[in-house]
Amino acid sequence: MVNLTIDGIKVSVPEGSTILQAAKEVGIKIPTLCYHPDQSVKANCRVCVCEVEGNRLLQAACSTPVTEGMVVKTRTPKVIEARRTILELILSNHPQDCLNCPRNGNCELQTLAEEYFIRDIPFEHKVRGLAKDTSTPAIVRDPDKCILCRRCIEACSVTQSVYALGLEDRGHEAMVVPTMGKSLMDSPCAMCGQCIHACPVGAITENEQLDELLAAIADPDKIVVTQIAPAVRLAIAEEVGMKPGEMPMDVFVAGLRQVGFDYVLHTNFTADLTIIEEGNELLKRLNEGGVLPMFTSCSPGWINFCETYYPDLLDHLSTCKSPQQMFGALVKTYWAEKMGIDPAKIYSVSIMPCTAKKYEATRPEMQDSGYRDVDLVLTTREIGRLFRMSGIDFTKLEGAPFDSWMGKYTGAGVIFGATGGVMEAALRTVYEVVTKEELKDVNFTAVRGMEGIKEAEVDLKGTVVKVAVAHGLSNARKLMDQVREGKSPYHFIEIMACPGGCIGGGGQPITKSNAQRQVRIDAIYAEDESCEIRKSHENSEVKILYDEFLHEPLGHKSHELLHTHYHPKNKKYL
Amino acid sequence: MKGYKEIIASYADVPGGIIEAYHAVQKELSYLPEEAIFEAAKVFNIPVSEAYGVATFYSMFSVKPRGKNVIRICESAPCHVAGAAEVVAALERELGICMGESTPDGLFALEFTECVGQCQATPVITINGKPYLNVSPAKVPKILAEYK
Amino acid sequence: MAEEMRIVLRNYGKIDPLKIEDYIAQGGYKALEKARSMDREALIEEVKKSKLRGRGGAGFNCGQKWSFAYQAQADQKYVVCNADEGEPGTYKDRLIMENDPHTLIEGMAICAYAIGATKGYIYCRGEYPHLVDVLNTAIKQAKEKGFLDGFDLQVRSGAGAYVCGEETALIESIEGHRGEPRFKPPYPPSEGLWGKPTIVNNVETFANIPVIVEKGADWYASIGVPSYPGTKVFTLTGDINNKTFFEVPTNTTIRELIYKYGGGIPGGKKFKAVQIGGTSGAFIPEELLDTPVAFDNMAAIGATLGSGAVFVLDETRNIVDVVTRIAKFFEHESCGKCAPCREGTARMHEIMSKLNSGKGSAKDIETLSRLGRVMSYSCLCGLGQAAPAPVLTTIQHFKADYNAKLV
Repeated sequence: MVNLTIDGIKVSVPEGSTILQAAKEVGIKIPTLCYHPDQSVKANCRVCVCEVEGNRLLQAACSTPVTEGMVVKTRTPKVIEARRTILELILSNHPQDCLNCPRNGNCELQTLAEEYFIRDIPFEHKVRGLAKDTSTPAIVRDPDKCILCRRCIEACSVTQSVYALGLEDRGHEAMVVPTMGKSLMDSPCAMCGQCIHACPVGAITENEQLDELLAAIADPDKIVVTQIAPAVRLAIAEEVGMKPGEMPMDVFVAGLRQVGFDYVLHTNFTADLTIIEEGNELLKRLNEGGVLPMFTSCSPGWINFCETYYPDLLDHLSTCKSPQQMFGALVKTYWAEKMGIDPAKIYSVSIMPCTAKKYEATRPEMQDSGYRDVDLVLTTREIGRLFRMSGIDFTKLEGAPFDSWMGKYTGAGVIFGATGGVMEAALRTVYEVVTKEELKDVNFTAVRGMEGIKEAEVDLKGTVVKVAVAHGLSNARKLMDQVREGKSPYHFIEIMACPGGCIGGGGQPITKSNAQRQVRIDAIYAEDESCEIRKSHENSEVKILYDEFLHEPLGHKSHELLHTHYHPKNKKYL
Repeated sequence: MKGYKEIIASYADVPGGIIEAYHAVQKELSYLPEEAIFEAAKVFNIPVSEAYGVATFYSMFSVKPRGKNVIRICESAPCHVAGAAEVVAALERELGICMGESTPDGLFALEFTECVGQCQATPVITINGKPYLNVSPAKVPKILAEYK
Repeated sequence: MAEEMRIVLRNYGKIDPLKIEDYIAQGGYKALEKARSMDREALIEEVKKSKLRGRGGAGFNCGQKWSFAYQAQADQKYVVCNADEGEPGTYKDRLIMENDPHTLIEGMAICAYAIGATKGYIYCRGEYPHLVDVLNTAIKQAKEKGFLDGFDLQVRSGAGAYVCGEETALIESIEGHRGEPRFKPPYPPSEGLWGKPTIVNNVETFANIPVIVEKGADWYASIGVPSYPGTKVFTLTGDINNKTFFEVPTNTTIRELIYKYGGGIPGGKKFKAVQIGGTSGAFIPEELLDTPVAFDNMAAIGATLGSGAVFVLDETRNIVDVVTRIAKFFEHESCGKCAPCREGTARMHEIMSKLNSGKGSAKDIETLSRLGRVMSYSCLCGLGQAAPAPVLTTIQHFKADYNAKLV
């Protein structure tokens, strides 16, 4: 242990700790901008500078290791002047349009400007006037707002190994740019949106489409139907000032009705359906010598990544569409028929924890219903905005049930929202389908949790199936390289693009740390536990769907509506 | 003229050799074409975004096409007080282009540089790295003639 | 009065730099032989005792630095020569490499032996392409003579980035990255090139080493000012009669540099200011000219010795104009990694330009002072910390020039 004094308070911390960590121990908050708890230390914003006795230079708290007997002062006039000047410098070329910024009220720079009493900035206000990058349907970059902290670059290259973002030029001309200074669409961007979480300001956001929803709701000829992805309910609570998981599902449903959705259905329903289709596809591949290992295909960020970096492995991807797109294809066919509604009038909106889903819905192949299967994808954050706009007090709102035919779900559908969830849900079903025996313990805990790559073996009465789970694309890359080299020992691999799975998706409430992701994961499994039915093949509405419409897994209708194919992206700027 | 692929390949075994490779490509092509940056990323096993970041960091590298003979005029303080501005004006006049531009015939590019370390004889310009000392507006036409 | 004394330039004009035989005939590579016969710790102790301090600008005790790298446990260590001489008005490293490349190579080889390094790099600035050939020829000759057995020495080129003179930025550049400084600690002697213990010394520092080993620490420590002994090469530019270079002991005063060696101001004009140490150096007024040039003496008057550039301005020069030009230099050369330097250098240039064009107010000078002060202790590396020095020292000593330009 190392002993030091911070602002007169004695503290002992483990060797190798930084001043920032030591200060936190004694309840002293040192401001930061480039610091991110799950990333490497950058020390480039310099707002965390402190005085260290015996040193003329101020020291960055985030990068300076503590030493025995060190005397640190975090709030001397010299320190305060330095921090304020640095903030003024950053603000003097930052757009001053906080009021209409997507990060208004949730911006690290804005918070610091408030805390540090920034008023009259002595430097001339100069914004570069760079164009926004709206090249993708998922993510919008506003380079004028970038403060060059480089957190997005690390999220993109280290966490995700996508390498879509980098630096251009130097000094005052330096910019964060998509590969080769091109547009995001031309870059290898997987649209996972992890850069959005990393960004301390409003330089990267989702493509906001709330206006399109409001227009659809206002249109009397449109029947607005929505689906909610499993990871959304847990996180939406955070958007309206509650803790993760605190908003009951029926209250969420009631809230959506209040803001104008005509029908509220659940993506969990098609998550269960995915398990039936994907489970059977796996068994078919196992039995008929198909391409193995099979990869899950629920995560559109992962699909983009695979099409970009592993076009030679596309045959390994399950042909199942993601639950969102299965839902989209069914809502304008099966459901419309059941409800006696003209599918042309249906405006299908999905509420997703994901930015890549916005892109997925625009893929030209996603029109198997004869219409665009999913008309609009909104993120958890966008629905949060809508809820705040609505003025609903969710603690007082009475719950309401889902609408019929595509609203029922099981615990297996719920856990799709967390890393390992698709695998666990599949195993619950595959085990029973193959062994024709009831699974005693449905909890496959080996595939749960934040560890980057998890593996497990399941004995299907003689057939041992080896599975692996990766979340975060850097972890996916490790498994993919193994497959490419022909050394993969697995039969089935689940990949989710985002760390923690969909609960950490690019469309979720701005997530500052993996610790926050873990809280949401815990909420997911709590919900699974509370479900009466926890196996997809026991979903009664799914059974009806097969009886009345699809007839059999992997059947003709399924292939028409629920399965798809993938295309190499042939990106030039990898 | 060697192709960029061949040039870059010859540095493949040099640790951190991308900067050396870029120098060598520019010697032939005067700038770093996109394809050369892709190739360097491949050869040195780094993402293109990083190879591009390197190419745009250093002031001697250009990712845009420019004239074959790169004229750089020092504008650091010792050259500044020795009359670098008049030399700039003379070069611009003689070549009919502004600083940062290339002549339409592709023969010359005009750029600023910081100190080139020949301060015993200011102002200084360099052409393709070769220094010219004590440059005055009157000397400019003769210097340029060497490259025409 | 101190007399010129050549240590690092001892062979200047006496040998053909491309002939190793000439260097050997002057006693070259004897020091390397002697060093290799010594115990490593004793060798480092000798360098430490000589009190040789780095000639690159930071002035750290050279032997001390070596001892850190010596003590570090690693499977690979490196010796790197900082030949990225980018300070405007400076060309002393070029002089050494052009005229006596072997003294540098010998100094590096001694360091390599001392710390246990088997690989070395000379990072030569991109503006000196001709020197790459000179150095490569010299290395080849030294290899052929067997002087570099067990020490693989290579030359790397910069590509136009002043910041690469900062040792961690230089390391990044050798690794093939953008030349952006790393935060410290860790320092290069413990974690440097490719994460391995690395000694980075300036050309002039290495050039001193063979002589120190040959003649002994006591001899060296007795030259010049005791706290910063030895000689320093100065290059004179600006309004000075002798635009040339001199190697003098460190007890030489600034006045001697300008009037004795430099021959004074041309055209019978009066002295106004001198900037020493390169473009990030302080501007010094007439009343401080009797200060010895040694590191600590300069620090005492709020100046730096830096690279040894001596940039003289006569009475006709406008300080604000010159400093505006310098501010532009830093805006251009900031790497852009840390916020106070990236934004601060640009704003400094902006406000200086405003003042220089007669549109500034007293409040702008106040802002400039605060900005400079904050940058000097908040920026990530030496570039941003030193960049405001010309502005701050001219506001201090030449306020009249600023006031004359106010609205």
